[in-house]
Amino acid sequence: MKTKEDIRVLLSEIPDPEIPVITIIELGVIRDIEISDDKSITLKITPTYSGCPAMKQIEDDVRKKLTENGFVNITINTIFSPPWTTDWITPEAKEKLRIYGIAPPEHSTEDKSWLTGKPKTIACPQCKSLNTKLISQFGSTACKALYQCQDCLEPFDYFKCI
Amino acid sequence: MTTQEALFQYTLRLGDTNLILGQRLSEWTGHGPFLEEDLALTNIALDITGTAKSLLEYAATLEGKGRTEDDLAYFRNDRQYFNAQITEQPNGDYARTIVRQAIIDCFDFYFYTELAKSKDETLAGIAQKSIKEVTYHLRHTSSWVERFGDGTEESHNKAQTAVNELWQYTGELFEMNEVDAILIKEGIAVDLKIVKEKWEKHITELLEKSTLTKPENVFMQTGSRKGIHTEHLAYILAEMQALPRMFPDAKW
Repeated sequence: MKTKEDIRVLLSEIPDPEIPVITIIELGVIRDIEISDDKSITLKITPTYSGCPAMKQIEDDVRKKLTENGFVNITINTIFSPPWTTDWITPEAKEKLRIYGIAPPEHSTEDKSWLTGKPKTIACPQCKSLNTKLISQFGSTACKALYQCQDCLEPFDYFKCI
Repeated sequence: MTTQEALFQYTLRLGDTNLILGQRLSEWTGHGPFLEEDLALTNIALDITGTAKSLLEYAATLEGKGRTEDDLAYFRNDRQYFNAQITEQPNGDYARTIVRQAIIDCFDFYFYTELAKSKDETLAGIAQKSIKEVTYHLRHTSSWVERFGDGTEESHNKAQTAVNELWQYTGELFEMNEVDAILIKEGIAVDLKIVKEKWEKHITELLEKSTLTKPENVFMQTGSRKGIHTEHLAYILAEMQALPRMFPDAKW
């Protein structure tokens, strides 16, 4: 019988549908794996954002991967608590995001001071300059904000800290 | 009314409020004043519609009659909807949309903070999720209310008109009925008196900071708790429901 670790390795082959450089395991959305026997498995999955359109795709991809590996009874339950946080993205994945051109989430989500004060200083993922400007709190997907580097002038996505 | 029935009604009410607001906001898709605002507002609409989906899915489970969240969204008429009337009000100009949204974001912020402590695990979970998103929404819409109010004479007048016209729909947000009474006793529902106090303080400060005047002694509209709505809801539903009603077995 497969172990939880085997399943995690299997699911590590599935890329995030919108940010294909990181896997769904690195994203931290798979919260629990329960294997009953060779054919039956129950997963708990949590959305990054309430309206994230990629969740259905992730669920379909997971189902397909598990079916290919002999599972017949696949139950996928969506859970909301504890709510997903960018703190669950692994440090390796954050580095992959940066190389891909998305500024990774900075700081811990415990720090809420930026909500009332000035926006955080985010380093440009291209030239690493700290001279960047927030263009909009809302970017190309629910999880990102839009910034622009004032030195190399490149606009870039910032993975919002939630 | 049993606790289960009350919980269904309560969840349905919250789901409807989010669904209608999400639908209303998404009318701005492709029509925002500039690209970043277009993205911002549609992102907010997406979060809210996502919350609606979670809530209506849960409502369908609670009802236990085999209906799905899509059945609840697409196959009910206006009198069977319980969304707050403020959510169905037309978008108007951008100041009006922003003022409406700021009023609701502020309500949601304090409402979800309380609901996150609910004894009902699913509602508490959905609230914990939503509060992270609403924090961003509130920050965004508040900054616009300030810019409009304290901006040019024209933007100030537009924002003030929006406040004056929308204020009559704010009373309803805090109405409680039998459903609330049953669930508050069980530690499930939010006591809206607590939310009202915090909302009032926050909104008053925001309006002051934005040089806008808070309307006083306004007649408050009522009815959505009983399924009574302004004329605008039926038009939203007609547009939103046309396709599934024409092709009830369509899949997407």
